[in-house]
Amino acid sequence: MRRLPVLLATVLVLGAAGGGLHVAVQPGWSEVELAQVRSLSLEALPPLPADPSNRVADDPRAAELGRALFFDTRLSANGEVACATCHLPDRQFQDDLPLGHGIGQTGRRTMPIAGMAYAPFLFWDGRKDSLWSQALGPLESAVEHGGDRTQYAHLVAERYATEYEAVFGPLPDLTMLPPHAGPVADPVVAAAWEALPEDRREAVTTVFADMGKAIAAYERTILPSETRFDAWVASDAFPKAGLLSEDEIAGLRLFLGEGECVNCHNGPLLTDNHFHNTGVPAAPGLPEDQGRAAGARLVREDPFNCLGPFSDARPEQCGELRFLAPDGEDLVRAFKPPSLRGVASRAPYMHAGQIGTLDEVLAHYASAPAAPEGHTELRPKALSAEERAQIIAFLGTLEPLTPDVKRLAEAPSRSAALRERSLD
Amino acid sequence: MTFPTSRRALLLGLPALLLAAGTAGAAWMMRVPSDLDLSREKATEAGLYMAAVAPVEEPVTVGPMHAWTVTLTDRDGAPLDGARITVDGGMPQHGHGLPTSPAVTQDLGGGRYLIEGMKFNMPGWWELDLSIEGPAGTDSVTFDLVL
Ligand SMILES: [Cu+2]
Repeated sequence: MRRLPVLLATVLVLGAAGGGLHVAVQPGWSEVELAQVRSLSLEALPPLPADPSNRVADDPRAAELGRALFFDTRLSANGEVACATCHLPDRQFQDDLPLGHGIGQTGRRTMPIAGMAYAPFLFWDGRKDSLWSQALGPLESAVEHGGDRTQYAHLVAERYATEYEAVFGPLPDLTMLPPHAGPVADPVVAAAWEALPEDRREAVTTVFADMGKAIAAYERTILPSETRFDAWVASDAFPKAGLLSEDEIAGLRLFLGEGECVNCHNGPLLTDNHFHNTGVPAAPGLPEDQGRAAGARLVREDPFNCLGPFSDARPEQCGELRFLAPDGEDLVRAFKPPSLRGVASRAPYMHAGQIGTLDEVLAHYASAPAAPEGHTELRPKALSAEERAQIIAFLGTLEPLTPDVKRLAEAPSRSAALRERSLD
Repeated sequence: MTFPTSRRALLLGLPALLLAAGTAGAAWMMRVPSDLDLSREKATEAGLYMAAVAPVEEPVTVGPMHAWTVTLTDRDGAPLDGARITVDGGMPQHGHGLPTSPAVTQDLGGGRYLIEGMKFNMPGWWELDLSIEGPAGTDSVTFDLVL
């Protein structure tokens, strides 16, 4: 911890001077405040960052192949689990469950996918540093897809050879390879893998990595869509009430100010894509979870990372990995804040779905309980029930626009009608 | 080394606004102390060296990774080559360190060094601490930045 006395002094000053100020909606917005609000809107989203570790990241043929793989349940131990089993397209590519269910039950909440191509690290603990290497993890997890590398390579050769070769070039010779072999938990399958000569393992692993690269090319096309908040920021009425109600705007001010939500939920995706210990309770029945402290180690050891043999990047293009904070107190039980776009309809919350409602989430952040391990970054906040409700109201404006509201938002002449609707 | 005013103004544009708005906007923003020394050129704590920092690309924004240069001179104003610099920092008001582990990756010559891997993941007050090991001994300097 750095300079705690200064920190506490600041809190005391704020506590003494700030009481009640935040409740009233101030009519004026400073330029800085307006800039900060705009920085959260979709207009501030930069172009999709390149992924130099994936040479086919922006190849539409790769995306099409990746889309097919994403929905293919043959990529599993029992023929029933695809990526889309947990990442449901009509549910923000997540599953509404506390813990993901594939072949078995995972130890973490399924994350949504929209805008993930902007994240330097993937998973709640950031144990992967690209979308393509992320996609490979569940494929080999016994509780998710439960399959193995030769199984997947055989499937590609049998079902996707033309599409694969158009993107990646000729498939390697897969004859004589066992139907099931790979570095997985199943000892028989793992032994079959160990028995293969090095060059054959490498050929299979290249196909496996390419599958991840195709899936990543597809996932890069899954982007956040416009919300009522974005439409409000772009509207003539901004920053006055209109597409957003007075209560929702009050919630936005709390989000930026007293609530300090913006510390971690900043930028147009409303996440800083870093890792934070917010004292979330351990999930009953699950093993100890070190969060980023484990993820930082795993990503550096991962053969599929940016610096590894299956990456297409030059080492100097791997800045996020090279300069990653490898250890330290800040990492213990730290988890990545998800984007808050769509959060209101995406219960339950936290990395293992420990908290059921946004109201309970806000109560958690206000009370700032001690962390089960490591140190929480939160400090207790005196947020009233009304203020918490206002923040939740603001979060509700981050839902993708319904076609109806979208049409109204796009027609300036009808903005008055929409304003009436939004105040209903 | 000194910076042309325009460069500094560009880099500090938002922070300057933030500070100007300090009293009006403080009701809903974490209050950044108004007396921070935001200069980018300072003597080290024990006065052994002068250090100046500058981002390679401006403006510095919350989010992306970026590189900085450090320029060191000795007490006589001569460029300090061959120094060993370690980088640390964090947010004093939040109690956490830097999100990354930046490092000097190149000695650019003429007392200039390249720091890569800098990142600021939150708006607000950041400290950048440099520990400098040179012929006169080890000394440190802290720069305050507001994003
Ligand atoms: Cu911070």
